[in-house]
Amino acid sequence: MNIGRRSFLSFVIGGAAGTAITPLPWKLIDDSSIWSQNWPWTPVPPDGEYSQVNSVCTLCPGGCGITLRKVDDRVVKIEGMKGHPINDGGLCLMGLSGLQLLYGPTRVKTPLKRVGKRGEGKWEKISWDEAISEVTKKLADIRSNGESHAVGSIVDSESGTVPNLFKRFLTAYGSPNFMTMPSIQDTYGMTLQLMQGVSAQAGFDAENADFILSFGSGIIDGWGSPVRMFKANSAWKANGKKVVQIEPRLSNTAAKSDKWIPIKPGTEAVLALGLANVIITNSLDSKKISRSTGFESFKKLVQNEYSIDKVSKITGINSATIVSLAKNFARASKPLAICGKGQGSIPGSLNEFMAVHALNALVGNINKEGGVWAVTETDYIKWPKLEMDSVAENGMQKERIDGAGSEYPHANSLLNRLAEVINSGDGSLEVIFVSGANPLYSMPDSKAMKTAFDSIPFVVSFSSYMDETADNADLILPNHVYLERYEDVPTLAGLSKPIVGLTRPVVKPQFDTKHVGDVVMLIAKALGGGMADAFPWESYEACLKETLGVKWDVLVEKGFEFNGDKCILEGDFNFYPEAMKSLSNFTPVSAEGSAISYPLILIPYDTIRLANGYIGDPPFAIKAVEDTVLKGKNSCVEINPKTGKELGLTEGRYASLLTPRGKAKVKVHLYEGIMPGIIALPRGLGHTAYDKYLAGKGCNFNELIGPAEDPVSGLDAAWGIRARLTKV
Amino acid sequence: MSTQDDKAKEVSADGAAGPIILFFILGLAATLVFGWVIFPKLLYSQKKQPIDFNHILHVEAVEEGCESCHFFREDGSFSGIPKLAQCVECHEDAQGEDPNEVKFVEEYVANGREVPWLVYARQPDCVFFSHAAHVKKAEMDCGTCHGHIGESEHSRVYEENRITGYSRDIWGKNISGLRKHTWERMKMDDCAECHATKEIKTDVETLPWPINWLPRPYEKQTGNQARVKTVKEACFVCHK
Ligand code: SF4
Repeated sequence: MNIGRRSFLSFVIGGAAGTAITPLPWKLIDDSSIWSQNWPWTPVPPDGEYSQVNSVCTLCPGGCGITLRKVDDRVVKIEGMKGHPINDGGLCLMGLSGLQLLYGPTRVKTPLKRVGKRGEGKWEKISWDEAISEVTKKLADIRSNGESHAVGSIVDSESGTVPNLFKRFLTAYGSPNFMTMPSIQDTYGMTLQLMQGVSAQAGFDAENADFILSFGSGIIDGWGSPVRMFKANSAWKANGKKVVQIEPRLSNTAAKSDKWIPIKPGTEAVLALGLANVIITNSLDSKKISRSTGFESFKKLVQNEYSIDKVSKITGINSATIVSLAKNFARASKPLAICGKGQGSIPGSLNEFMAVHALNALVGNINKEGGVWAVTETDYIKWPKLEMDSVAENGMQKERIDGAGSEYPHANSLLNRLAEVINSGDGSLEVIFVSGANPLYSMPDSKAMKTAFDSIPFVVSFSSYMDETADNADLILPNHVYLERYEDVPTLAGLSKPIVGLTRPVVKPQFDTKHVGDVVMLIAKALGGGMADAFPWESYEACLKETLGVKWDVLVEKGFEFNGDKCILEGDFNFYPEAMKSLSNFTPVSAEGSAISYPLILIPYDTIRLANGYIGDPPFAIKAVEDTVLKGKNSCVEINPKTGKELGLTEGRYASLLTPRGKAKVKVHLYEGIMPGIIALPRGLGHTAYDKYLAGKGCNFNELIGPAEDPVSGLDAAWGIRARLTKV
Repeated sequence: MSTQDDKAKEVSADGAAGPIILFFILGLAATLVFGWVIFPKLLYSQKKQPIDFNHILHVEAVEEGCESCHFFREDGSFSGIPKLAQCVECHEDAQGEDPNEVKFVEEYVANGREVPWLVYARQPDCVFFSHAAHVKKAEMDCGTCHGHIGESEHSRVYEENRITGYSRDIWGKNISGLRKHTWERMKMDDCAECHATKEIKTDVETLPWPINWLPRPYEKQTGNQARVKTVKEACFVCHK
């Protein structure tokens, strides 16, 4: 038989016909379509029992209530808690991405001891017993040498059980050096102290205000309690309330406001005083408040020193705008002036805060609906009195290393001064504990902070993440993350009613971590004697339950409780406290650097998509940053097209940015929304630590700026720095 | 000049029609055998369950039938294959001498490890299926979809589709995709069969439809009984 071409073809045709009447092609089509829907890298939520747990978000000071959706033991989603007084179901991008901080790659999984050089990233895993005995040994040695005051701690805030455990620990040990991360709360606290004589915080009844005058506060960029401010802003929009935003740059907040008034940066206090002048001169002020202490001197000051023309010249805002703004503000039925730039992580100038607060007083909205309330938190921490031994007593007699309470009598903590004190040899520390804070990234002049840390022989980080400070520590004792632990979360953040929330272990600890509260107690117990006696609790949880008392049950059930109240004011409002007269006379803080070498002014800006505190942006969040903020691996510097033209810089070009404190390579973004002569960089980029999603992207603004001490408060009042931008 | 004869010659010169037909049949037969017999064998791998499970034994021992182990949670969601925690309620220690039970207790219970059961009825993640709607509301029997699994003494071999990773039970044992009983296949068509035909205690109103001879796909429910028939937006009932 001759098998030729035709036979072969007919075999093939037969085969094709046969295949068509088998299930093979149809089955393969079906299977491949299913296969293509199930790529192995497509995330598929686990199957199991669903449940919901309420807790609190601690990723910023906002204190939002969260509801966690779980499938069996895995959290699959974070949602805003419905009915929560702060955020009522809302949530921000950070809060939403929280699971990546629980399950993501940036966690420190066990206690680590440095083996290489600092910052080299070489670690040895050690057990908790070894870690605690290492710290204990160091502390015992220092204490027996009578150097107890050379131990310090940096924590995120002053309130709550964990910061107070640190404070108690240091007190019992004999060191006054309990330091906290700065924020506008420090300045507002001081303002209320000086002008109203109360030890309280400013609470803004934002929801009820009808004319909001914001001196650069990022209302929808993360100021105050961010989700609450978002909601307030939406309500203002819906109800036709007015928002006027004063800042040199068209931020998101400015863009959404009713009126954006660009101002020369750093002159906000001058504008506030100018507005005060118009209000007083036109008798638009609330008559009741005018008879307050210091009013006459204040009136004289603003009328003599802050004439409209002068203010117009200094601020760059034309006189007619100033006059009409002052009139509109004073004539509104519930006007509210707020300040603290961007997200409020820099305390800012006391002048400015007092001038703005004086505006509120002038229009009579202090402790009024829609105005500013002096609020105090209920101090539920009632621990047994500390028995201090002689070492502790001696240590506590010493002055604080940062000069708070001595050089600057009004301040409680001045972390911004630490680097300079240490680097100039005026003080030193032997041990530093860092918990819930990342000063090596987020303090201005972070390089100087790193130099200061380099000279501290023993750095202990309690961070859950490999952040910049942990990366440069000698020992990391990782804390549980907020979804794995119990902790009280007192929240002020500009709320008119303070709230305390409770985080709870939504999942069991994923790694070999320990609650920082437990670790502090374990170290104290290992030190023995009076130190051990100072902590009579079995565990942190026991301490928390006992501390919260009846609140515990409410918090476990509801997740939050109102915690504190509005102060009833006694005495007068003081428009012109002594401290202002003798020290600053409302003189604005100027930007560092000479105008000749550095012709431009660099200011930072915040966006809701970039976290710039202890928490770095989780991968979801960093993905959401626009390419006019971060392009590739470079931060974009915003520059007015006019200035760009003068410097020969075009969109997308690389440029070298130089300030008296540092330099960076940036990309040019020409932006009409920034005043000529001024350039802006985002905060929250330029991490060197965390994970590959965050590290190496953009430049850290804090490496380019240094702190500027406010003459009265001692707090950092730097709002910008002089800079030079050149083509590369 | 070409004649009839010439043509005949041309054909026979290259072989008669016979071999051509033969080869056609050969090709046909080979692919038929491949498609119907060899292909299914290649497509599915055979896997054994980690523990051979005796349903009869268990059903006899429990009080509430299938629901004793495959229960509804408080929120109405269905628990599916039991988790170790449920098994442990009875099997903290081995109750008998069956080597399977001993293995189960030693390997899984003692180590607190979940049994990696191979799930015959597992559907892709894009399929949303509510057991409650079918079992509770429509009062369907488990067996309608799952067959007589409750009456088995041994766990069947789990045949895994090498391409999709799902069980052969979804497509059905019969590679042609045909089935006799409702529980022999679990593809969308099988769901649709009930959903398209069953009129269940519900009043529906037909919406205007421009082409008379085409079946009307859109119906609006007027009663408050959940509808079974597919209506507008029904895709998202199952494909969330
Ligand atoms: S605003 Fe702050 S507290 Fe609220 S969800 Fe966002 S990060 Fe969390």
